[in-house]
Amino acid sequence: MLTPEEIRRALTRIAHEILERTHGGEGVVLLGIPTRGVYLARRLATRIGEFEDAPVPVGSLDVTMHRDDLRLRPARALQRTQVPSDGVDGKTVVLVDDVLFSGRTIRAALDALNDLGRPRAVQLAVLVDRGHRELPIRADYVGKNLPTAHREAVRVLLTEIDGEDSVLLGERAK
Amino acid sequence: MNRHLISAGDLSRDDAVLILDTATELASVAGRPIKKLPTLRGMTVVNLFYEDSTRTRTSFEAAAKRLSADVINFSAKGSSVAKGESLKDTALTLEAMGADAIVIRHPASGAPRRLANWITGRVVNAGDGTHEHPTQALLDAFTIRERLMPVEDQRGQGLDGVRVTIVGDVLHSRVARSNVLLLTTLGAEVTVVAPPTLMPHAIGTWPCKASYDLDAELRKADVVMMLRVQQERMTAAYFPTVREYRRRYGLDTDRMALLPERAIIMHPGPMNRGVEIAAEVADSPRSTIVAQVANGVTVRMAVLYLMLGGAGEETA
Repeated sequence: MLTPEEIRRALTRIAHEILERTHGGEGVVLLGIPTRGVYLARRLATRIGEFEDAPVPVGSLDVTMHRDDLRLRPARALQRTQVPSDGVDGKTVVLVDDVLFSGRTIRAALDALNDLGRPRAVQLAVLVDRGHRELPIRADYVGKNLPTAHREAVRVLLTEIDGEDSVLLGERAK
Repeated sequence: MNRHLISAGDLSRDDAVLILDTATELASVAGRPIKKLPTLRGMTVVNLFYEDSTRTRTSFEAAAKRLSADVINFSAKGSSVAKGESLKDTALTLEAMGADAIVIRHPASGAPRRLANWITGRVVNAGDGTHEHPTQALLDAFTIRERLMPVEDQRGQGLDGVRVTIVGDVLHSRVARSNVLLLTTLGAEVTVVAPPTLMPHAIGTWPCKASYDLDAELRKADVVMMLRVQQERMTAAYFPTVREYRRRYGLDTDRMALLPERAIIMHPGPMNRGVEIAAEVADSPRSTIVAQVANGVTVRMAVLYLMLGGAGEETA
């Protein structure tokens, strides 16, 4: 659904939008949601660093322990939570994820963030918004809006772990 | 993960590594202003302790509370047990009160295994007689991995090739047995050193080497684990005097000097300073004794999360 060039351009645009909305990226912290959100956050940080000549703190936020569907599946392995050394208090935190679907992951992320400190504001950047929200959550920065059927599955592949950049649409494995 | 955690020998390498990896991620919680996760909200963990223990009980209590579980502490002293209630009846009573997991310490080896057959909740062995103490072994393995490996390389790793020497009262030590089973599962090479009277007769069937010569073993150890001399379990004269034990098997500064540069010194606590370990050694920077206590909470959080956090019958 998205080619490597389209992904690259979408991230470049989001990086510009973040700078515009936050008046030059002052006090911005990017937190990626594992697994693929972390790599997207790093790519955004690299771009913002190039545009503004100032590095943006980037980290990761594992939401597993805050999920509302934990009891529905076997206990899952945890991923790394790494908060930049300056913390999140008083910062503008931009959460970064690959696909926005039900919104439940982001709800868990907001709870997880709550335990880490008190950001001045929280924003959300996603590569793909596929609709079907189950909670009142929306993204501030969207790479591409992808209308999908509920039974379909969206997969984001990234070079860092999958060997290639692409976004795939297929049937959901039952 | 298994339903229960009774023996370190029940854990596969994958299970053990998963627990250590989970603990590595949970370790950061201890450094936060809010040391709490909502994961086990609404669940009840009972600490059922038939033996005195401050360290292990408080460690399990802190672990369960950090995961937002409710904790009920039940110690045999001054309870219905003193009136003659059996383990089975006590356990069924606690389960009827809604216990999702029972953490049990019992002076009889095998009590947790029996308990697991009686109740539907999860059972965690917190030390049974002279048999096993699996969470102590897990926290020791975690401490070794943390000390000997850079953090970014730890995930998915066992303890392959790490040489561990366990010294002291191996005969009465559940810590030693659980550690031998777990550390060898993780790929470590374990040697136990003990006076002949405190070496188990069946040591030949354990997956480790045995030696009576401490000084020779220290020279090649990456980890030396000192065991407590358990006077309360010694019903016979296992060694002539404490002084003689100290001279032959105690870790003092002279012996510490024999250790390779990066080797670490461990002790499960509580220590007998001046018996199995000299005060200067226990307080040296190479000693991990305080870190072991902190890691105990983290590792027990990982165990409780993996046993209670997911859906009922898991296959992961």
